[in-house]
Amino acid sequence: MKSVLEILKEIRPEFDFTASRDFITDGLLDSFDMVTLVAALDKNFGISIPGTDIVPENFQDLLTIEALLAKSGAKL
Amino acid sequence: MNFTFRRKRISGVLVVLPENERSFIEDMKNFNFPEARSLKLKEVMGFDKRRVVEPGVCVSDLAVFGLQHLFEQDLLKREEIDALLLVTQTADHFMPATSSLIQGRLGLKHDMLCLDINQACAGFVIGLIQAFMLLEQESVNKVVLVNADVLSRKASPKDRNIYPLIGDGAAITIIERDHEDTMIHASVKMDGSRAEALMIPAGGLRMPSTPETALLEDVGDNNLRAKDHVFMDGSAIFNFVQTEVPPLIEKLLARAGVSSAEVDYYLCHQPNRFMLEKLADKMKVPYARMPNNVVEHFGNNGSVTIPTVMAYNLRERLQREQLQVCLAAFGGGLAWSAMLLKLGKLAFNKIIEYN
Repeated sequence: MKSVLEILKEIRPEFDFTASRDFITDGLLDSFDMVTLVAALDKNFGISIPGTDIVPENFQDLLTIEALLAKSGAKL
Repeated sequence: MNFTFRRKRISGVLVVLPENERSFIEDMKNFNFPEARSLKLKEVMGFDKRRVVEPGVCVSDLAVFGLQHLFEQDLLKREEIDALLLVTQTADHFMPATSSLIQGRLGLKHDMLCLDINQACAGFVIGLIQAFMLLEQESVNKVVLVNADVLSRKASPKDRNIYPLIGDGAAITIIERDHEDTMIHASVKMDGSRAEALMIPAGGLRMPSTPETALLEDVGDNNLRAKDHVFMDGSAIFNFVQTEVPPLIEKLLARAGVSSAEVDYYLCHQPNRFMLEKLADKMKVPYARMPNNVVEHFGNNGSVTIPTVMAYNLRERLQREQLQVCLAAFGGGLAWSAMLLKLGKLAFNKIIEYN
């Protein structure tokens, strides 16, 4: 199983996600990247993140993404 | 708003798709994005092939082509048509109504009603509701519902938000009275306060088209679009669908006294595969019972997608047998709608190509 950071790097290899506090406002993820990320997280963790949770607030940084995964039933 | 209808049925479905096919691989060369990112999007959203009209082709051309096919194949008689309803967002002209142009080109009788309905992706269910209401009149025995759009003509090739998903097409649905005591339940909701999430800003009287409204502007995320082009706030629309559609369907089924397991198929509008998979997950419906493959083969052709699902996925089955189906249509307006009905024993249910 891949880590969240590894998945993020696969989607946007040109960015250093550890150096950003807000992936959205810093321009590391746009709305289509969020969709691609959700599809990758669903597959990797064997879950389905609810569509209503696919909002920028849940993709600001590693902590919010991990919180979303936990809420969606992922075993981290 | 809830509706109930008795003794009404859909008796035939014909979908007309342009012969001209475009591919996502071809289109992505227009986008200012790395190829690898576009390919990931293709995989998740299901973007692949789509059918779009050649320059100059209008809604009335697709509708006339389809209706002439039905007349020639003896699947419909001109004199039987008591009402012609056209649901479109891309009318031939401001005036007259495009349904009147279709009537004129086909030489249909004068003793009939022609009506244009300005609705987007929710328009199949809304059109059916109008058709069923007309059939309450003794003078109306057969209604032809035409859903048609050529929205590709209003999409910016440099807007990755919308260009790769738009398809064109028309669907002709025949609606008449049912001899059996059937019951159809429907629900519709609208929220005009969110209308700007999906709109073409210029070209009407509020903002007439000018050389300035035709200029491509950088609208963020490396997309270029003019005010004459269709705009979609993808995130807002996605969230709207996930929030509003499941409770609408749940309440509809509860009102009809039908469990989700008793629904053979959920035939939904087809914006993209990802949105429908998330909808199915939320409603705990297996993907096989909520087909999501129209966008990858034909594109999102607005209110034509549900008839396209019927004709592409269930062509023979819907001619042979009757199924309990739940239709769900949602989009611009904003408008969202659902309908529970027995569908089947159709006289025809097929796709033809416009050329």
